[in-house]
Amino acid sequence: MGATGRDGVPRLAVWKFASCDGCQLTLLDCEDELLSVAARVEIAYFLEASSAAGPGPYDLSLVEGSISTPDDLERIRHVRRVSRRLVTIGACATAGGIQALRDFADVREFASVVYARPEYVATLDRSTPISAHVPVDFELRGCPIDRRQLLEVVAAFLAGRRPVVPPHSVCVECKARGNPCVMVAHGTPCLGPVTQAGCGALCPAFNRGCYGCFGPMESPNARALNRQLRELGMSTPELVRVYRTFNATDEPFLRAGDAAADEAAREAGDAP
Amino acid sequence: MTAQAVPGTASQAVPGTVPGTVPETVPETVPPPWPQTRPGPAPEPAPRARPMTPAPYRVRSRRPDRADTVTLSLEPVRGRCAPALPGQFTMLYAAGVGEVPMSVSGRTRHGGYVHTVRAVGAVSEALCAKRPGEIIGVRGPFGTAWDLAAAEGLDVVVAAGGLGIAPLRPLVRELLRRRSGYGRISVIMGTRTPATLVYARELAHWREYGLDVQVTVDHPDPADAGWTGPVGLVTRLIDRVVFQPRSTFAYVCGPEPMMRATAAELTRRGVAPERVELSIERNMKCGIGWCGHCQLGPLMLCLDGPVVNYGRVAHLLAVREL
Amino acid sequence: MDAVVIRSLDPLIGELRSRGYTVVGPVSRDEVIRMSEIDAESDLPAGLTDEQAPGRYRLGPAGDGMFFGFAASPDSAKRFTQPPSRTLFRMHGETVEEPEEPAPKVALLGIRACDLAALAVQDRVFLGGRHPDPGYRRRRENLFLVAVNCAVPGGTCFCVSMGTGPRATSGYDLALTELAGPHRFVAEAGGERGAEILRLLPHDPATEADLHAAREVSRCAAEHMGRSVDTDGIKERVASAPESPQWQEVASRCLTCANCTMVCPTCFCTTVEDFTDLGDGTAGRTERWDSCFTLGFTEVGGAPVRGSGAARYRQWLTHKFSTWFDQFGTSGCIGCGRCITWCPVGIDVTEELAKLR
Repeated sequence: MGATGRDGVPRLAVWKFASCDGCQLTLLDCEDELLSVAARVEIAYFLEASSAAGPGPYDLSLVEGSISTPDDLERIRHVRRVSRRLVTIGACATAGGIQALRDFADVREFASVVYARPEYVATLDRSTPISAHVPVDFELRGCPIDRRQLLEVVAAFLAGRRPVVPPHSVCVECKARGNPCVMVAHGTPCLGPVTQAGCGALCPAFNRGCYGCFGPMESPNARALNRQLRELGMSTPELVRVYRTFNATDEPFLRAGDAAADEAAREAGDAP
Repeated sequence: MTAQAVPGTASQAVPGTVPGTVPETVPETVPPPWPQTRPGPAPEPAPRARPMTPAPYRVRSRRPDRADTVTLSLEPVRGRCAPALPGQFTMLYAAGVGEVPMSVSGRTRHGGYVHTVRAVGAVSEALCAKRPGEIIGVRGPFGTAWDLAAAEGLDVVVAAGGLGIAPLRPLVRELLRRRSGYGRISVIMGTRTPATLVYARELAHWREYGLDVQVTVDHPDPADAGWTGPVGLVTRLIDRVVFQPRSTFAYVCGPEPMMRATAAELTRRGVAPERVELSIERNMKCGIGWCGHCQLGPLMLCLDGPVVNYGRVAHLLAVREL
Repeated sequence: MDAVVIRSLDPLIGELRSRGYTVVGPVSRDEVIRMSEIDAESDLPAGLTDEQAPGRYRLGPAGDGMFFGFAASPDSAKRFTQPPSRTLFRMHGETVEEPEEPAPKVALLGIRACDLAALAVQDRVFLGGRHPDPGYRRRRENLFLVAVNCAVPGGTCFCVSMGTGPRATSGYDLALTELAGPHRFVAEAGGERGAEILRLLPHDPATEADLHAAREVSRCAAEHMGRSVDTDGIKERVASAPESPQWQEVASRCLTCANCTMVCPTCFCTTVEDFTDLGDGTAGRTERWDSCFTLGFTEVGGAPVRGSGAARYRQWLTHKFSTWFDQFGTSGCIGCGRCITWCPVGIDVTEELAKLR
């Protein structure tokens, strides 16, 4: 696909699906680097930054948001068709996002409670990641994504390398940053050991436990972590909740949440 | 270690050279001399101030071997490059993309390195795309060399799987140069399809020099009815070459299952495990024993390998996920 | 120079600072003992002690005024000898630039015997082989080491088993033993660099009673190890157990989170990462701490060699207690217990080793 734009500069597009815009705003947040990015790529389609929708095709499409409406289904196929490389950004696009919590309930019931005329709301039963519908070249995690990682994805695309986005645990970054472990030192429950790095261990740096917004790391052992989280006083409903947030339907977190939920059901059944 | 031993899916062999580039010398008269080899750790290049910093080399020539494989000859932008022994590797760096270990598969007329690179990942793709005049970073050579002295006076079996022939090529050239020092020399080689065979012209030269060169393919290309040779694993070629097992030395390089099967078959026939050498591939980030990635049990393969003695590592290779 | 008694650490801190050293010592921060820059003795965590157990660390009052009444902090000397990340070079076309590697003059005050042993291990790794690391050498040479002999070992300590403590016997510039009633330090120089400073400090000669009290501190500490390891034949024992079912069992508990390797003062594995400047396209590489617990560590051709948690834990434990001897002629474990304390689920190497029997 010959997508290259002015002066042979690669053309970049940013697309939005069901999401809060926070991830694409991360690109605008790269103030110092944005001029460099703009010099190396033509930002050809970016509704957040301009109102002009450039015509395709595009060398690199950054896609934010999940697929949650019938219209989304059509549009993502179009995006894939006009994009040489498609990178999804953020928990919505890579895992269905917080709106995937609807998967655990009846979305029609929600709609009837929230909207005066629910019949005008066209929505799917499930909120799904982009990769469930079209091939994706790279998934950048996080809620929101990390700006350094976003710049790395763009730089890596320009250089032709695999983006340096390690899939290991948050703990590796946490220790490199010099944080003491909040779980060991303070007894604070933390999802860091089962969560993918990328945020720079932001929450533990402020003495908070990780809440898993980057989704599961490469080989999560949630069962083992859950035993320890219970030791630290987390109840079963709390365990279900920590896994059912931004990446609730990402497979390892889904299983971890389901396992805790099953126990909750058993506990409820056992109760007098 | 072939560095890029993952079988490719190329469809067509592209012999010949790129117009306007200097072809690599093939042994039309006498193969270029390699430095004298000896067993044990190979001599290392003179220590640099920063061992992790590559030296810029220029691509002198680029010869496509197949759709996804090219042979590059590299020469230093400044100064001279340290001599590499057959079996040693360098770390090749494509700026901004990454660095990979790559067996040295020859030496240029001017003393540079020849590397045969298959595009299997971002770095090797970037290396394959380098044109004459472009820059590649080089560190090394590193690691152990094939032990040529240990095979003196013995029959020799050289077994290659796929691009495993690349690090064996300088070995065969050295064997040829010292032909009288060895008994029967056989080269057995397995490749995925007839089209994925590399060094076809060189194999023909080796035959002309009197080596018994046998090639088998995993799958005869259905589109190419021309293949009349053997079909199946390289171990099946062991029956087709002549050697005295009790006085034979074998050099093996290819994918690990191929090397394990070949070494096991050779030793079953009576070749001493200590007379089989393998070249093992692992993840390598430094090449100098700093990064820890290439460990195989007690071995650091960047220092203790890539060429290892089968007698020493057979028990390690038998352990899953070691 | 014979042992002396000093009453205050301030003259020592002052002397080191006047010689251009940044003095780094234990401080209490976020309820943890951290190694951080100090200006004076008053920055030290007086009267605090730690409780260490598998997966658990708590700092609390000790009911005394001792400055060093705690065991290993999560920070070892590794951060100073091998920083978590460093830029290796930048390359633009055929131009290669090597950035100046920072090698600050740092005096580590309060380093323990186990950490001195860890430095000796690191020296073998980075300086003892065919490819010495010049950056490590400079950082190492710029360290001034003031050891403090352990008085209160932690619940996860086992330096006695590993033969590395609790008393510092070599590798230091100065070694202190903290004594109470009255509060004072017995100070010994480990070489001329330390003796030169010691002579300048206000001091008294150490009496036989002082020396006896100091020996008693180490003797008591040795009797209060929280953990032990049977090191008899350990290299062979671990090497011969690659197929033990114990690896599967520990993998069911192991998070493969890499915390153990990050806090270990001898774990040296690194990876390299490429970057490109978005402006002018200059390429470069950084080196950063890596761990044998990551999948990328052994990736070849898109798949890891050690995919299972069992294989990764086996690699780590086997390397520490067995193949380290093959590679570096010494144990990779120095018995500080950090990997036990800082494992979020409290996996205990000493227990795992015992189960391998």
